[in-house]
Amino acid sequence: MSIDVSQFLDTFYEESFEGLDIMESELLELDVGAADQDSINTIFRAAHSIKGGSGTFGLNAVASFTHVLETLLDEMRDGKRNVTQPAVDLMLTSVDVLREMLNALKTGQDIDAEHAAEVQQQLERLLKGGEEPDNDVSGVDHTSLSDHPEVMVGSGWHIRFKPLSHLFKTGNDPVRLFEELSDLGTIQVKVNDSGLPSFADIDPEDCFLSWEIEYIGDADEAQIRDVFAWVDDDCELELTIIGGEQKATTVETVAVAPVAAPASKTTAPAAPAPVAKAAAVAAAQPKEAPPIAPPKTEEKSAVARKAAPPSTESGSIRVGIDKVDALINMVGELVITQSMLNQLGEDFTMDKVQRLQEGLAELEHHTRELQENVMRIRMLPISFAFNRFPRLVHDLSQKMGKNVELKLSGENTELDKTVMEKIGDPLVHLVRNALDHGIEKPEVRASLGKPAVATLHLNAYHQGGNIVIEISDDGAGLNTEKIKNKAIEKGLINAGDELSAEKVNELIFYPGFSTADQISDVSGRGVGMDVVKKNIKDLSGAIEVLSIPGKGSRFTIRLPLTLAILDGQLVRLGDQTYIVPLVSIIESLQIRKENVKSIASDSELYRLRDEYVPILRLHKVFNTKCDNKELINGLLVVVEGDGQLAGIFVDDLLGQQQVVIKSLESNFKRVDGLSGATILGDGTVALILDIPGLVKLSKERIKKRAAASAAA
Amino acid sequence: MNTVHRMDNEVLGMNGEGNQYLTFMLAGEEYGVDILRVQEIKGWDQVTPIPNTPAYIKGVINLRGTIVPIFDLRERFRLEAIAYGPTTVVIVLKIKGEKGERTMGIVVDAVSEVYNINEDALKAAPDFGQAISTDFVKGLATIDEKMIIVLDIDHLLNSSIVAEAGRLVRD
Repeated sequence: MSIDVSQFLDTFYEESFEGLDIMESELLELDVGAADQDSINTIFRAAHSIKGGSGTFGLNAVASFTHVLETLLDEMRDGKRNVTQPAVDLMLTSVDVLREMLNALKTGQDIDAEHAAEVQQQLERLLKGGEEPDNDVSGVDHTSLSDHPEVMVGSGWHIRFKPLSHLFKTGNDPVRLFEELSDLGTIQVKVNDSGLPSFADIDPEDCFLSWEIEYIGDADEAQIRDVFAWVDDDCELELTIIGGEQKATTVETVAVAPVAAPASKTTAPAAPAPVAKAAAVAAAQPKEAPPIAPPKTEEKSAVARKAAPPSTESGSIRVGIDKVDALINMVGELVITQSMLNQLGEDFTMDKVQRLQEGLAELEHHTRELQENVMRIRMLPISFAFNRFPRLVHDLSQKMGKNVELKLSGENTELDKTVMEKIGDPLVHLVRNALDHGIEKPEVRASLGKPAVATLHLNAYHQGGNIVIEISDDGAGLNTEKIKNKAIEKGLINAGDELSAEKVNELIFYPGFSTADQISDVSGRGVGMDVVKKNIKDLSGAIEVLSIPGKGSRFTIRLPLTLAILDGQLVRLGDQTYIVPLVSIIESLQIRKENVKSIASDSELYRLRDEYVPILRLHKVFNTKCDNKELINGLLVVVEGDGQLAGIFVDDLLGQQQVVIKSLESNFKRVDGLSGATILGDGTVALILDIPGLVKLSKERIKKRAAASAAA
Repeated sequence: MNTVHRMDNEVLGMNGEGNQYLTFMLAGEEYGVDILRVQEIKGWDQVTPIPNTPAYIKGVINLRGTIVPIFDLRERFRLEAIAYGPTTVVIVLKIKGEKGERTMGIVVDAVSEVYNINEDALKAAPDFGQAISTDFVKGLATIDEKMIIVLDIDHLLNSSIVAEAGRLVRD
């Protein structure tokens, strides 16, 4: 029986990243000195599953790294080690290292082994007893095991554990047993690899090893037998009592299982020689045995990944079972209604019209409910996006020497997964800005009579069909004067312009307003406020800022709940229907002759109150037929795209409706001027206009024509 | 031996050996596509044209909720266009490309037969000169004295998408 483990790789990565997130957030909440046992346990468990998983998949670098981390955590868990700030910081760094490693593995890149080794050494040094993770690399000393707390006295048990060869097939892992045993006291494990056949004869799914365990502690025979209760039938177990005066050195459990082979060089010196040997054998073994060959699988999937570049669009989501249950219920209802209608249709007479209508109404009701619930599947709580901020704020405020308390609220507000992924970076930028520019240094705050600890508040809530995210701080607020001066300098406004405070604040969203050093931000975000605004607009959202000098500022982001549905205005051009996103429409009007002006021959402008709006003849841009070529009395849909107004000339305005966005790209390709397609009530396809793209297309068209006529 | 075997296939129409091909007619010629790539065959129906695309891209249709582009193979091969009649059908195909599998439809004059064709019975196509680039032809097969042009639909349709024929200025 061979199992292709690579199919579980994605799940492993996903779970590992989740685990890392958990570790990070728990580490941040850890009270130095008086650590909460539950938190440490949670962190330990997360680390442990990453270690186990990475071992299974043959990601030995990750496994060995996590092992050291886990050992450290284990000591904290057992109360043998105090939780100190340097230790927590080092563990946070380790989380970063692990995340980088996993990311690299996932995308098929090389791991930054040097960095990892460096952090691992620091961890080891801390483990050796040095409480401070200093940067002295030279003092690596594997022999100093004496630092381990010694168990002075105690009676204990000598346990001989010889599992039958099919142990793994029953889903049992000796590692877990030993770990459970180590919870009861301290253990020393020796592996007996004499039963190991030659490489050629090894079946990686069979167990050839047996173990001798010296257990020191006060558990009685029944308790120990309890630990092995699950494998009772699959092993030989012998227990002998050890005399009271024996001393035993504590050695961390180094368990070796042929399939999960996380043991590594770093742990080997701490383990008795036979274990180390077995570890080496076990680690090497999968390479020889074809059925489960992690290195090979890894390679293969790396190749596969190169062929299909990693796309953020795909991937999986975890859905609450309640949501799935609701769906199943709803589909059940739908089936019932459908069979009811079927029955009705079999011998339909006119006197049953009433029932038919009722049935159809029910069908509509169920369909809509089903649609809403299916949409909900894509919804995730915004805590997924918020979770990274405690760490970010923790790190940045430390770096900047500011004292900041981060408050999160509304973390359970749900939001479409795609929207969530795209809002992350803008949020990070806003938070960084608030920390960097908004919040003052503690001494400044003190002189202003503000509390020394500044507050940064992230809040999310639903409002209508939107989700609102607020980022507020009690810092200095925007410096209106400075912004104004800069805007004048950049030529965005005139020196004499009278602008309200809000107008001035909005200037920060102008492209080119951000200073050069912001744009070259190395951390890969590289976004200025204009990019933040653009990202949000791409999601059909809006951002506004409210700032009171000296009191703080608040950025409010409004986003649609989902990108899959859009409010559209249906317009007709010739025999085709197009959809204009309602958010981009400023107004629709009937063209009045006297307001049409033309520049040169091809550019037509429409005077809309005090503005001139270029007229975009859709039929020309699209090279399609239309009924009405005369502008007079035609209809103009004034839209805003890319910060520019344009009037789209169409034949007719039809209704407004919500449309489900379908991708043109999935089976075809991106088409300029179109953002997708949808299916209308009659089953035909209507195309959705991409307003910024259309404006661009129209400009190009005019330019080309100008070039062509110049050439002629 | 080989010939006998092939005849068996031809007679039985289906055998473990060789691949099955669906053939269709286009301007009097018979073309074949791998039947495993055929998702369904449907009658010609109204399409929604896509602006600024080559004329052979007829537009998109709604195939049970997905948007599927439709290509006119006559126009793609620069054959004379004819009015669509009762036998005109759309063959919906699964096309493999860089970005995974896509669904696309081709308009052809009529569907014809299903044949078993052995891989080794496919002869390399000589250079046709103009209309159909040999790139798009996987090979030629002879069945009952008829020539069947087996198409490399992946290459044909993937390249058809990329082809930029959309001239912006036409008037």
